[in-house]
Amino acid sequence: MSQNLVESGAEVSSDRRREREKLVEIRNLKTYYGESGLFGGRPVKAVDGVSFDIFNGETLGLVGESGCGKTTLGRTLLQLEDATGGEVRYDGTDITELSGDELYQWRRNAQMVFQDPDSSLNDRMTVGEIVREPLDVYEWGTPQECREHVKELLDIVGLRPEHYYRYPHQFSGGQRQRIGIARTLALEPDFMVLDEPVSALDVSVQAEIINLLEDLQEEFGLTYLFIAHDLSVVQHICDRVAVMYLGNIMEIGPTDELFNNPANPYTHSLLSAIPKPDPTATADRITLHGTPPNPRYPPNGCPFNTRCPARIRPPEYEQLDDEIWMGINTLRDVLLERQRADRSLRERIRERLGRQTRFASVDETYDDLFGHLNIPQDAASVLDEIVDYAADNDEDQALAVLTEEFGSVCEKESPEYSTVSETGRQSFCHRHSEEHARPSEVLDERY
Amino acid sequence: MSIETTTQDQRSNEKPLIDVRNLQTAFFTDKETIRAVDGISVNIDAGETVGIVGESGSGKSVTARSIMGLVEKPGQILKGSSARFHQLETVKAYASEFSDHTVEVSQLRDQHNPQDLLDRIQSDISPETFDRDNRSDITLTDILAAGYGDKLGITSERDCVFITGRSGNRPENITSGFIELTRLEGEMQRKMRGGRITMVFQDPLTSLNPVFTVGNQIKEALDLHRGLTGEEATREAVELLEAVGIPDAGRRVDEYPHQFSGGMRQRAVIAMALACEPELLICDEPTTALDVTIQAQILELLEEIQEERDIGIMFITHDMGVIAEVSDRVNVMYAGEVIEKADVISLFENPKHPYTRGLLQSIPGGQGGDRLQTIEGNVPTPNEPADYCRFAQRCPKAFDACDVVHPKHVEVSEQNDHTAACLLYPEEKSQAGAVSLHREKGKAGDGDRMRGEKQ
Repeated sequence: MSQNLVESGAEVSSDRRREREKLVEIRNLKTYYGESGLFGGRPVKAVDGVSFDIFNGETLGLVGESGCGKTTLGRTLLQLEDATGGEVRYDGTDITELSGDELYQWRRNAQMVFQDPDSSLNDRMTVGEIVREPLDVYEWGTPQECREHVKELLDIVGLRPEHYYRYPHQFSGGQRQRIGIARTLALEPDFMVLDEPVSALDVSVQAEIINLLEDLQEEFGLTYLFIAHDLSVVQHICDRVAVMYLGNIMEIGPTDELFNNPANPYTHSLLSAIPKPDPTATADRITLHGTPPNPRYPPNGCPFNTRCPARIRPPEYEQLDDEIWMGINTLRDVLLERQRADRSLRERIRERLGRQTRFASVDETYDDLFGHLNIPQDAASVLDEIVDYAADNDEDQALAVLTEEFGSVCEKESPEYSTVSETGRQSFCHRHSEEHARPSEVLDERY
Repeated sequence: MSIETTTQDQRSNEKPLIDVRNLQTAFFTDKETIRAVDGISVNIDAGETVGIVGESGSGKSVTARSIMGLVEKPGQILKGSSARFHQLETVKAYASEFSDHTVEVSQLRDQHNPQDLLDRIQSDISPETFDRDNRSDITLTDILAAGYGDKLGITSERDCVFITGRSGNRPENITSGFIELTRLEGEMQRKMRGGRITMVFQDPLTSLNPVFTVGNQIKEALDLHRGLTGEEATREAVELLEAVGIPDAGRRVDEYPHQFSGGMRQRAVIAMALACEPELLICDEPTTALDVTIQAQILELLEEIQEERDIGIMFITHDMGVIAEVSDRVNVMYAGEVIEKADVISLFENPKHPYTRGLLQSIPGGQGGDRLQTIEGNVPTPNEPADYCRFAQRCPKAFDACDVVHPKHVEVSEQNDHTAACLLYPEEKSQAGAVSLHREKGKAGDGDRMRGEKQ
């Protein structure tokens, strides 16, 4: 019964969405840091070519681990960061091209709510001054009208008119976040970027702010980009969700579908990592190993290949034990780290003299990873070769051999977006092509 | 509730690893006295994880810090508080090393009658001060551990090792006893903190020193508590890092905290905490600053460590999901008090206290329905004695008596040890009956609670 209700609800909302127009179109957007200037060197690829649409009146969730580029993406959409490439078309105009007066006028339409209500409000201004600041910037009405409008806004977000003359420190975290929301509403924007608006709040207060945001959306027809790392909040508030990893969107689609039947291996792992408030839940958790790679040195091929639980394995090693694969992955991480670690002068001299350095212990690491495992002959000889190279401090060669022997299409080619359901959900994974098994099948088999 | 009897010697094995009774920590400021922790009782067994959950400002961290002896001025642990560390090996080691500060309770029993002593302290002292139901249950141990022995001239101020049973004169012959954590100071405190009880904090970057290598910081703990130095210490440090799942530990040990990622740093902090083979690990929001995927790794690691070493873990968090996953038993805290305690399954399946219910309902994703349930208002600052229910002003079920009667813990379900401090319970009684029961329990004066007497 309830299942039916949920399904029909989803249909209605997707029908409604088709009728809706696109508010923001993002095409191949890139934001790189630190490449400008003579000594720029390798840029940090915070957002590395994303394309998606935001429809009028919807809430699009943007989730991912810290450092995956979600905040940068949100800020780039508002032109708080300069895009390195690509387009952000807002009602048909590419806002990455705007400047001067045009940008100033456009900015009225798009506002942002920040994560930390402590640092996003000026402690020396009264609440009234904070909320009317945007009005002053845009020379909105007479002082009298401004004051009336601000009091109205305070009422809308659930504060009282007498709060106009108080200072931010007199309010609790939840109330401060309400002040921040009142400020963003002042110029009646169409589009709001909410950057982790409830992460700093306690659960019970968090629920109040979420309810408020939902009410405001209904009343003013706002469009939200909701950035969060708390997936349960996203599941509650968002119509569609985009999952980000290392500057790329891994999967994007309607919330219910994506949560109940994730297509991308990363979405699978992210969802299974959430601890459920139910002690009897017997979750077969997929624990990801290691940490996301440095966005200055993203891996070749698929961005997720270094941690992917459903990585495509070369057919000749398909029968290799999962533990050996885990060891191989860790060994690769270790080699990558060693390759990039700065060697101090002292270490270089020690190395020259053949003394012990912190890089000399690769044999121990090898023993630690594979010592207790029974490795088939063919794999063992390759691993020995790799470790020999590593012991000579030739990490490049060691990595080349490792990728050559144990790598697959995941390391070599960047995947394409594939449409994985009727609602147009898209996933960024090699496994959606015909010749490979589906991610969910592989995960069932391996976990 | 346990009743101390003469068979105590035989029961020594059943003692929990740590037994916190009526712990009260207050901060004395010019303006007001804030009772951050106001009479909580928690016990943890070896190999068990006890969760403490609550919103910010509920007193979770102060509880942990009180046990660790990390409360700084103007904060103070009040008289009547007791935190007993029952690990027998530790008691023996302390008894032989600090024999000056050891009290032989087993010998004193013949000389003193607890009831007479109670009369001498204060006629209106309540059994609740000692976490007992009846005045007749109060034992000499309770009185001495809570710090009343000093005034009566039985113990001296620095005594902190209490021997309650022994089969001979030598320290090895001790069969039961405890170390009173709230009375530790100086060398005795330092040996306990970091050696027997260790703590993992929320933010790994603030608990690591940026100017020393990670290996150096682990070696410092090894040197201080186990006397290991040089090559030997380095080897042990590498082994510890490997044990917490840091690959390539031989290289990592010579690196600085900034070269570690967030998850790795927390692993390194856990390695430091494990360096001295503690009996009790206090984790104060250890995963709050981490991403979910890394959080899953750390929780898995803690579980492995506990299985391997059989340590007791006190796990503090505000995340109900994490609590459900890690803990065996849960204490829900609100404004300095534990308002509900139960094993993890009963708590989530059958929450009793209105606050626990509200907290569980405000988690998004849990229930259907469009709007989230909220709890109106904020956690009040506990700045006056609790002679009323501190949750009453936010409670959807509050009635008149809630403002004048302080609720006590009562059994709320058939399941063992599921208690809640709420005037709605016990359920089988009428409202008036329940209220009078709570009133009765709190009677005979709340003694110290009212006065907030400094220890």
